[in-house]
Amino acid sequence: MSSYTYRRYPYARPAELDAPGKRRPVVIVGAGIAGPTLALLLATRGVPVLILDEDDTVSLGSRSICQAKHSLEVWDRFGIAKRMVEKGITWDQGEVYLRDQAIFRFNLQPDPGHKFPAFVNLQQYYVEEYLYERCAAEALIEMRPLNKVVAVASRADGVTLTVEAPDGGYDVEADWVVACDGVRSPLRHMLGLPYPGEIFHDRFLIADIRFKGDLPKERRFWFYPPFHPTNSVLLHRQADDILRVDFQLGRDADPDEERKPEVIDRRLREMFGPDARWEHEWSSVYTFTCRMMERFVHGRVVFAGDAAHVVSPFGARGGNAAVADADNLAWKLARVVAGASPPGLLDSYCRERRAASQENIRQSTRSTDFITPKFEASRAFRDATLALARDFPFARALINSGRLSVPTAHTGSALDTPDSDDDWAGGPAPGRAMLDAPAGEGWLIDGLGPEFTLLSFDDPVAAPPGVTSVAVACSGLLAKRYDARPGTVYLIRPDRYVAARWRRHDKAAVDAALARATGH
Amino acid sequence: MEGALRRTLNLARPDDIYNALVDAHKGLSDEQCRAFDAKLILLLVNHIGDEEVIREALKEAAV
Repeated sequence: MSSYTYRRYPYARPAELDAPGKRRPVVIVGAGIAGPTLALLLATRGVPVLILDEDDTVSLGSRSICQAKHSLEVWDRFGIAKRMVEKGITWDQGEVYLRDQAIFRFNLQPDPGHKFPAFVNLQQYYVEEYLYERCAAEALIEMRPLNKVVAVASRADGVTLTVEAPDGGYDVEADWVVACDGVRSPLRHMLGLPYPGEIFHDRFLIADIRFKGDLPKERRFWFYPPFHPTNSVLLHRQADDILRVDFQLGRDADPDEERKPEVIDRRLREMFGPDARWEHEWSSVYTFTCRMMERFVHGRVVFAGDAAHVVSPFGARGGNAAVADADNLAWKLARVVAGASPPGLLDSYCRERRAASQENIRQSTRSTDFITPKFEASRAFRDATLALARDFPFARALINSGRLSVPTAHTGSALDTPDSDDDWAGGPAPGRAMLDAPAGEGWLIDGLGPEFTLLSFDDPVAAPPGVTSVAVACSGLLAKRYDARPGTVYLIRPDRYVAARWRRHDKAAVDAALARATGH
Repeated sequence: MEGALRRTLNLARPDDIYNALVDAHKGLSDEQCRAFDAKLILLLVNHIGDEEVIREALKEAAV
């Protein structure tokens, strides 16, 4: 049924079965999106990583398909984003239909001058495959498929994981464990940690089909289309000529019935007409939840990705948030492991990423409430918005078929130094993600340092040890995007968030901001 | 307490507007009324634009 060949990753007899193993600085549990991304970000900082995964292959089904610009920028740092862009479908336009009429068209990246597009649609199995291959090529990363964690003992100074492999069981000692083991997180269960949130009851059907014919390159969303008049439909194109059709089925749909190929075919036939040809690739009938852990750091066990927070699929905020978690955590954990920062620095991971999760849940719940109104008045406002949208531009802006993932600001983080100059009229303020722009012959994101960067406009400045000094010309789009004047300086964190900025370089101010941003 | 929301008359011909409002609902089913009101509220809310006024009106309407 699937055109994708699921590779089996090689299992090897774990060394711990024959001799006591050494204590590991970091063990990651789970090899989905968050785990391998984090492993690569740690390994490039010199931290050896062991990844344990109970499975030996990639994501079953396309699952998280919309890879956002900010995720591609992270993956680009270890050279796999280009491959994703080439394999995937680049898009930044979307169209919303009411019944049979297009009522609203949006462009997610109307402003040119970025290395990466707003989104690339690529099936999760490809993303995981590229990540896995890149991890396998990294000397500091050891991947262990078919190694399942069955017990966890967390102490003040470390963690013992009990692991079951095909050849037997063994223990691993770790200074830090990062649980990237998905929405059902066995580690979270073993530690007895709650996962509070909201359950949504509307059922949806995803049908991935290999489509023979013209394929749209934009995202399409229908409210009440003629081919599915009672609900909504979302259409995305993926790599390998595969379309994802996402039908809203309502609360009363029978999942066993809806899963039947002939039932799916009947829906698709109504959508695409009598002459269309397709083959089934993958399908899934699903409901969803929005949940978030109360804390992401529990002693020496840190949670990331779906294990820590989960949202509805509207807005592409699941997989992309997992990548953002990894990026936020990696530099902090690497500093803590190296003794360069106190362990308290990890509290900022919890605070910043919990704030991001709250924002993702808020946004995706609003989209969900618009797409699947839960009470009559909610439906009346939704339908009124749709009815007004054709003639009233303001109403088009209210249509919420998913507000798509952009980097979340963590305003007020203890790591940020608030602006001291009062003449900023734009540019990314402390707590906001840096913005890419053309710089010289290439892109700003390509010229930044591996850790902190001191970005200065026109005047090169001396950076503290371990900080990369990058001077750019104060002109063009770059200067505009940063509201820069000659002499303007930005301190950019390793995860490419702005930590502080000044109109004039001041060594003492930079030192203080750097100390603050590193948990001192 | 004086807030952002106007509490004194702002209509030149109040009876005309009041009756136009009621008449517009004449003959509509409850469901049609709800749809009509939702459109009307959205149109007016966007026209007013002032978030403080709108939030205060939401609060007062719930009293």
